[in-house]
Amino acid sequence: MSAQNLRADLRALAALIQPGEKVLDLGCGDGTLLRYLIDARQIVGRGVELAERDVLACVGKGLSVRQGNLDEGLRDYPDQSFDTVILSQTLPYLDNPAFILCEMLRVGQRALVSFANWGHWRCRLALLFTGRTPRAPGLPQAWHASPRARPLTVRDFIEFCARDKIAITRSIYLGESDRALRAARLGENLRVAVAIFEVR
Amino acid sequence: MENENSTGIVERQQFTFAHDAPMQLDSGETLGPITLAYETYGRLDAARANAILICHALSGDAHAAGLTPDGKIGWWDDCIGPGKAFDTDKYFVVCSNVIGGCQGSTGPSSINPQTGKPYALGFPVITIADIVRAQRHLIDHLGIEKLLAVVGGSMGGMQALQWTVSYPDRVRAALPLATTARHSPMLIAFSEVGRQAIYADPNWRKGEYYDNGARPNTGLALARMIGHITYLSEASMHHKFGRRLEAREHFGYDFGTDFAVESYLHYKGNRFTERFDANSYLYITKAMDYFDLANGNGSLAHAFEKCASLMYLVVSFTSDWLYPPYHSKEMVSALTAIGADVTYCNLQSTWGHDAFLLEVETMTRLISDFLDRVVAQHGIGSR
Repeated sequence: MSAQNLRADLRALAALIQPGEKVLDLGCGDGTLLRYLIDARQIVGRGVELAERDVLACVGKGLSVRQGNLDEGLRDYPDQSFDTVILSQTLPYLDNPAFILCEMLRVGQRALVSFANWGHWRCRLALLFTGRTPRAPGLPQAWHASPRARPLTVRDFIEFCARDKIAITRSIYLGESDRALRAARLGENLRVAVAIFEVR
Repeated sequence: MENENSTGIVERQQFTFAHDAPMQLDSGETLGPITLAYETYGRLDAARANAILICHALSGDAHAAGLTPDGKIGWWDDCIGPGKAFDTDKYFVVCSNVIGGCQGSTGPSSINPQTGKPYALGFPVITIADIVRAQRHLIDHLGIEKLLAVVGGSMGGMQALQWTVSYPDRVRAALPLATTARHSPMLIAFSEVGRQAIYADPNWRKGEYYDNGARPNTGLALARMIGHITYLSEASMHHKFGRRLEAREHFGYDFGTDFAVESYLHYKGNRFTERFDANSYLYITKAMDYFDLANGNGSLAHAFEKCASLMYLVVSFTSDWLYPPYHSKEMVSALTAIGADVTYCNLQSTWGHDAFLLEVETMTRLISDFLDRVVAQHGIGSR
């Protein structure tokens, strides 16, 4: 797959990976990102995924993947055994995000976390004007659909990292229409559709 | 029936070794000479790099695929053949009968050269490592320096794991399916009840029944019936039999066979006695009970210490209560900890332990995709 065909947030994530890195992708889905990174960046990749259908798809793409939840999946990896641990669009679905983030930083030199921002102005207006639970940019999931999501915003995450002494070493903000936003501090929480953080 | 996806008629072959120097066993005893029955399918490529060893389960034999000259189909024919999971157009597939067995390999029913009579209980007690040790002689004999993969379900999976621990340099990948790295107390309990059924048969005579005519078939059939229950699941029994009556319209109000499930167990038990030796059943279940990779290695991760460069495909099945998924997870954890390349799937299935033989479609996909990767990773060209 060429970079152009990759979803914009995955493309932005991939751009942060150096050739030859050892990468663990948590909640790797059907393995699209890992496969791309192996082909384009010659990484050594491992995935953890819960859904059987996705695990089979990963094996079909020639990936090394473990079926299981992230608690089980992470425990077994030795300290600092990966360069990068990726959590792509999975953060709102975690039961214990603090624990998982901490584990990601134990297992990897750095973690890359991406998520859709419920703080986007459309979400705010949707709640204000329609009175319905807003759907995060790019996530068409209704409040009652599975898996259960915990909505979070860019500001939530930044405060959360400060509280847990997790250093944010890089932030990449994608606006609507997938264009990267200039890293202006002002109003980012209103304009960001998908955020990608590098934390250490 | 012959079809285009079959390997066709296959001849069982035999290899005998340890004539002069007997093979050392874990128990401290020795065994020799040793004969192994085996079959092969497909062709070994010029680089001798495309060989896959299939290890059979408790009651299996070397006839894994194709048809015997008298028309008997192999026990894993669904997965071995042209275009199948183990594609014999690409791979050279070997399946050997285990030592201790009774289907052409040296076991308790074989003649002890020292006495000229069947070994019976004079046969030394063997372990899974001993079984694998003997297989290694066969692989040497076939001129295979490194197996592309070792594969097996249930007891076959124990052998696959043992292969990687005993001979990490001789294997590139292992596929332990529906199995365990150590036999659990529940598994030992079921083994023991099976053995007790055999001991309790008056025809068993402490194993000395070969000259006698009458064999401990009642005990062996009972052991097999217990086994069959453990290979199914409650749901698969509902599906297969329900509460259906067998050859009756109404309850008999006697102790004849009322239910279809009873009839199935009787049939399976009786059929088993036609092809299996009771003493072999004792020896092989004992070998399984002794199986514990962590034992003598400190921990499971220690046992796998030299396996970090190997690739594993571990598969468990949600309804397998004999080898529940947590057994597989335990080995996956240890393999992850040592940094091995391990892929793990816990497949949704209602078929219980038998699922590894029955979920053909999913298994075919998983296995062939995984083997493609092993081949790609090691730059092995198919012929």
